[in-house]
Amino acid sequence: MGFNIKQIRSNFPILSQQVYKKPLLYLDNGATTQKPRVVIDTVRELQESQNSSIHRGIHYLSEQMTSRYEAARETVRAFLNATSTNEIIFTSGATGSINAVAFSFGEKYVHAGDEILISEMEHHSNIVPWQMLCERKGAQLKVIPFNDNGELKLDQLDSLLTERTKIVALCHASNSMGTINPVKEVIEKAHAKGIAVLIDGAQMVQHGEVDVRELDCDFYVFSSHKIFGPTGSGVLYGKESLLEELPPYQGGGDMVDQVSFERTSYNTLPFKFEAGTSNYIGAIGLGVALEYLHSVGLDKIAIYEKELSGYALEKLARIDRLKIYGNATDRISVFSFLLQNIHTYDAGLILDKMGIAVRTGTHCTQPVMDHFSIDGTIRASLVFYNTREEIDVLTAGIQKTMEMLS
Amino acid sequence: MTDYNEVQQDIVDEFSVFEDWLDRYNYLIELGNDLPGIDPKYRSNEYLINGCQSKVWLHADLVDGRLIFNADSDAIIVKGIVALLVKLMNERTPAEILENDLTFIDGIGLRQNLSPTRSNGLLAMVKKMRLYAMAYQAKENQNKKS
Repeated sequence: MGFNIKQIRSNFPILSQQVYKKPLLYLDNGATTQKPRVVIDTVRELQESQNSSIHRGIHYLSEQMTSRYEAARETVRAFLNATSTNEIIFTSGATGSINAVAFSFGEKYVHAGDEILISEMEHHSNIVPWQMLCERKGAQLKVIPFNDNGELKLDQLDSLLTERTKIVALCHASNSMGTINPVKEVIEKAHAKGIAVLIDGAQMVQHGEVDVRELDCDFYVFSSHKIFGPTGSGVLYGKESLLEELPPYQGGGDMVDQVSFERTSYNTLPFKFEAGTSNYIGAIGLGVALEYLHSVGLDKIAIYEKELSGYALEKLARIDRLKIYGNATDRISVFSFLLQNIHTYDAGLILDKMGIAVRTGTHCTQPVMDHFSIDGTIRASLVFYNTREEIDVLTAGIQKTMEMLS
Repeated sequence: MTDYNEVQQDIVDEFSVFEDWLDRYNYLIELGNDLPGIDPKYRSNEYLINGCQSKVWLHADLVDGRLIFNADSDAIIVKGIVALLVKLMNERTPAEILENDLTFIDGIGLRQNLSPTRSNGLLAMVKKMRLYAMAYQAKENQNKKS
């Protein structure tokens, strides 16, 4: 079966609307993605006729919801090609997942004088939790720099991985420059020195297949809302042997085995890391989104987006006085750019009134902006429901914006 | 001096001729370009109102009982809105500024630019203009007493 873009777009109800009497052109997928009808319907149906708290009740509704929740966990396991569902923890999102690892892994393995290695292109959510850990433990944060194309300077990796390094936390793809990082190479080098690696897949999973066993990463995180699922849900994958060793990061119901005032024993994986009533509807919705993606075909999505990216880059490059930030060879369909002498906020306001939704500002990556000595960029982030025609509308909109503002 | 609310109505009337949003923005860009930039000595961190995405600078003096505002922004559309605020509030007494409500922003459909989530510094600027008015009013009252 081919890639029927018209049919795909019809699966996403929000895309057919107008804003300010103009057809909506949604290019802010890096911030959040839209939901296919099947996800919207599932969430509504669960609220309407199946809502019940999971894992506790023995009544009909609870049993039903529990089995759907656990089926979603299996869907996520298969999606990532993890070994076992014990390795799949449902969280509130990528941010929640990283904070969980920073706390639990930090409690167990990080001590004064140790080092945590991240990169210069990380989203704030993959910087701040590690800084907080460093502060708690007296550890030190180290940074892998990138070159002006937005590619990691891997020649510095060997010297940055020291005997004090405890974990490397790195994005699979950059949310502000679109770079796909050679994570496998980083993982291999880190493992050769016995160092654990967390990969932030928030900007990668929606663009192509990810296989955690092939990557051999220790942790992999992503958010549901960036992969066409409901907001407020996300995933933490961790190798079972490692998760077994880590202490829980939150205490509460469901994560315990026996509780008395003297002593509490914890539940087994994956429940040990899911304290309290989890966002079961979000998790099931995520499972449905992943099944939907599977039906479209992640391999086909990757091919389509590659072609779309090539077209977008070619069109953007033809605009005079437009500069792209992030020119890595291996990339996702995310484009950051600046229009000469034009403030990003002004450009964003005008594009908005043309019905074009882009993101302006620092994209929660202030160190990336500092690297280029700029205050922010305009970012167009595309996914598989975007089209060549939309890129034409964007570039025409940019031209018009430049005329108005110069 | 034209009545405060008359000026607000004039602004709303001026904008009502524009049917298209882009024309409205074109007009704001024009206003922004026409507003003289702030005196460089006030374009400093001391007078900076930092939004997340755009910056606004504001300084006020009291001359003969009236406020003289000096303002600027690094984003031209924001500067256009700044120009409208200055046009309305400049050379007014502190009492005039404090007694009247700001209605024209709603009237020309720019409310979204003043919402706290827009992070452009405008909302903080409006607050700061009123704070200047309050401060100078308090100072005047104190001078009268002594």
